[in-house]
Amino acid sequence: MSQVASAHPATAHRVVEPTETPLTPESWGKLGMWVFLVGDAVGFGVLLASYGAMRATSADWPNPYDVLGINLTAGMTFLLICSSVTMVKALEWLSKGDRNWCRLFLLFTALGGTIFVSLQAYEWGKLIREGLHIDGNPWGAALFGTSFFLVTGFHGLHVTAGVLYLIGMIRYVTNRPDPAASYNAVEIAGLYWHFVDLVWIMVFTFMYLL
Amino acid sequence: MAGPAHRHPNYMAIFWWLAVLTVIEIAVIFAPFGKFTIGVLLVGLALGKASLVALYFMHLRFETRTLGAIAVTPLVIATLLVFLLLPDGFAVHHKTEVRKAAGHAAPAKH
Repeated sequence: MSQVASAHPATAHRVVEPTETPLTPESWGKLGMWVFLVGDAVGFGVLLASYGAMRATSADWPNPYDVLGINLTAGMTFLLICSSVTMVKALEWLSKGDRNWCRLFLLFTALGGTIFVSLQAYEWGKLIREGLHIDGNPWGAALFGTSFFLVTGFHGLHVTAGVLYLIGMIRYVTNRPDPAASYNAVEIAGLYWHFVDLVWIMVFTFMYLL
Repeated sequence: MAGPAHRHPNYMAIFWWLAVLTVIEIAVIFAPFGKFTIGVLLVGLALGKASLVALYFMHLRFETRTLGAIAVTPLVIATLLVFLLLPDGFAVHHKTEVRKAAGHAAPAKH
């Protein structure tokens, strides 16, 4: 006993860390997703912060409301909120042990995302025809178009990835007869989907409304 | 049974809050307020909506406080970044103006 203590005097009072993370005690995967999302949020944060700084220091920044309009995007915002609700409902059904309703609501969520991306493609096409290009536009600062396509495109890419992720989750739930076996994975997929919704709330406010 | 019951708050109530806040956001841009007031209101409403999504849909309300602190960090970084970038932007703006003024004052210097 004393021999061990004298051999490793430095470790005598050291507290051994538990193998389970205290941050998300029931799931390492959830912590992994949170770490990814925080990193991704910094990416979006940098884009929006630089957008704000560029706009504040530009002499001829167009008024986004006049160029972009908000009727369509307000509808898209509402659609994404609805898809977040169907996502939490899918998880709720799974916690009740009903895999079929869970899969149906996952499908609704993926469908919401698909419609969102389609509407965004329509909006892009309309704006491009009106003259909004990545390297210039008739209304003022060229960076207006550059930042618009960069930020909304980066977000649209996230929605597209989310739809593929959700389709993967439908398969995942289908392949596991025990609802408890897929609960954790569906909750983690939900974290990603809600994050995409959260980012859109910010993008809608900073790029369309302000 | 599969997941903890306290993890499922009243999602429909959150949905209605989000829907109402979105309508208020759109109403605010037509409100007879100053530009600055509208800006502050819009940012406040957006942060409110984002918090609802994070707290209830992403279950942050039921996670440890440390995870919440980690989740808020990107927002703090982005806010600081705006102020870090502003002087640079204004410097470029200022230089452009100076060059323009000089160009107009003495167009045929060489």
